[in-house]
Amino acid sequence: MDLQTLTFIIVGITFAVYIGIAFWARAGTTSEFYVAGGGIHPVANGMATAADWMSAASFISMAGLIAFFGYGGSVFLMGWTGGYVLLAMLLAPYLRKYGKFTVPEFIGDRYYSKVARIVAVICLIVASVTYVIGQMKGVGVAFSRFLEVSYEMGLLVGMGIVFVYAVMGGMKGITYTQIAQYCVLIFAYTIPAVFISLQLTGNPIPQLGLGSTLSGTDTFLLDRLDQVVTELGFAEYTTSKRLSSLNTFVYTLSLMIGTAGLPHVIIRFFTVSKVSDARKSAGWALVFITILYTTAPAVAAMARLNLHQTIEPAAGENLVYEERPSWFKNWEKTGLLAFEDKNGDGRITYNADKESNEMVKVDRDIMVLANPEIARLPNWVIALVAAGGLAAALSTAAGLLLAIASAISHDLLKGVFKPEISEQQELLASRIAMAGAILLAGYLGFNPPDFAAGTVALAFGLAASSIFPALMMGIFSKRINKEGAIAGMIAGISVTLLYVFQHKGIMFIASTSFLGDMPANWFFGIEPNAFGAIGAAVNFAVAFGVSRVTAAPPEEIQHLVEDIRIPSGAGSAGGH
Amino acid sequence: MADNNSEKMKAYWQANLKLMLMLLVIWFVISYLCGIVFVDALNSIRIGGYKLGFWFAQQGAMYGFVAIIFYYSHRMAKLDREFGVND
Repeated sequence: MDLQTLTFIIVGITFAVYIGIAFWARAGTTSEFYVAGGGIHPVANGMATAADWMSAASFISMAGLIAFFGYGGSVFLMGWTGGYVLLAMLLAPYLRKYGKFTVPEFIGDRYYSKVARIVAVICLIVASVTYVIGQMKGVGVAFSRFLEVSYEMGLLVGMGIVFVYAVMGGMKGITYTQIAQYCVLIFAYTIPAVFISLQLTGNPIPQLGLGSTLSGTDTFLLDRLDQVVTELGFAEYTTSKRLSSLNTFVYTLSLMIGTAGLPHVIIRFFTVSKVSDARKSAGWALVFITILYTTAPAVAAMARLNLHQTIEPAAGENLVYEERPSWFKNWEKTGLLAFEDKNGDGRITYNADKESNEMVKVDRDIMVLANPEIARLPNWVIALVAAGGLAAALSTAAGLLLAIASAISHDLLKGVFKPEISEQQELLASRIAMAGAILLAGYLGFNPPDFAAGTVALAFGLAASSIFPALMMGIFSKRINKEGAIAGMIAGISVTLLYVFQHKGIMFIASTSFLGDMPANWFFGIEPNAFGAIGAAVNFAVAFGVSRVTAAPPEEIQHLVEDIRIPSGAGSAGGH
Repeated sequence: MADNNSEKMKAYWQANLKLMLMLLVIWFVISYLCGIVFVDALNSIRIGGYKLGFWFAQQGAMYGFVAIIFYYSHRMAKLDREFGVND
């Protein structure tokens, strides 16, 4: 059977399953819509959180980044997992104890201020919308490639599917769908990795294969890779740094704090029934994430080695362009891979030298998708990878849309503007808000402002510099008051935005950048993507300073803080 | 809340903070120190095909994070029962 038909069948089956689950688990009450009724088992919740968290960026882009950065790619591995330690110890159990539906609701109550709640809603919406645009774009690209339709058509199909299961099901439908999506994406990621690890090292476990010798030799895989890339003039794979140690440090910290501050991840912990389950659930989420994240470095190194060995099977015997394999031709059509015969010998030269390198374009994002083809795996494996990438993008988009919808209907409408609306009206409002959010994300997906990579960094930076510090101080300090929290959130976000905009341009329009986007102009050599941690530090400092010179919070707030620190007496999450 | 009860709650919170701080130190050591600051020094040691610093950054730190969360969750469940605040 050809690849196209197989892809149709596998993607079709998985979508039938998702939509079937969404209908089976329809939400009837606001509690089911926002927090799935609060009765999800910690292991199931961990699995859903993992699918929610791992987006197209984790599934498609991350291993490609590591393949080309080598050691420097470690910031994504440590940064996107280490945040769960912060979540499990600093936020999740206490927010679960407090037992409300949304993150701004906690901030509004803890800081006894509607202004604080509205500031939190704005931070949440900006962070989530920027993140969701990237997901919708990923959905559009993936559908258009695998259904062989235009990008716009692919995006429409994706919007329709997200609409059905997110709007119908709410959190209840999303949770069960995400469990199915996790299973699809983890199979799709690990099966090709197991095959490739077996081919190269004879060890079926990729995490061990990466540290093993190549089949039939006594050379270690990583040593061979270091040798191959350095001979071509690239930086040594296992030691190449990302700019400086300081930048690596701050970048990792930003991703960790951003992870712990992203609202769609935090609200997942409102769906379990007990405080102790919230702690366990964070652990399970990280187990399911780590399965993919420890496989990724193996995928990366093996893909890089396979790529070089395909192009130059033996030293000096480069691949003849006319004999290039079919994956090479397919990716050339997309424009993401490009060859230019500079020396006119009809063979492909691939090295780090700008003058003689003939692989003029190798897009990092194609590595995971092309990997099974480069390793000549069977067609059904390639089709499975397509289904996995779609599962990753859709599950994250749905989780983000729910966070946006609940912020609008629950925090703005019910919490601030129209407190008297009934549960049914609120449910309707959140469905309308979600449909609106899908249309907005789709519109921005049709007309993507030119900032795909920048937006993801901004989403993390915003969450890290605004939401995380406000939540953490709200739990661990009784002294932080509303003035401090509001000033802190605004200062943290402003510093981060200003730094990103001054180097990347206002709203990412490059011509408006008033300091060039060059390492020489960076503050201590810290790249804009990594600045969220500095923003968070500013937030903490301003909040402490302002709280010190203004009145302490009222006594009932101090009791509230004492109360959330103790697990007993947690009811199921409710809105009142 | 009665006064002796609030003393007890203070002790519970202190025990929680102490455990948390200890685990955050481990969290910091396995990722920021082993994986970033001292990576070059650790790379001179090898386990199989892995240089040790590289292994921490791309494998070890993540296994450590999982262990930290489960240990915390386990110890806190015990602490909750000791202080009679389990849910």
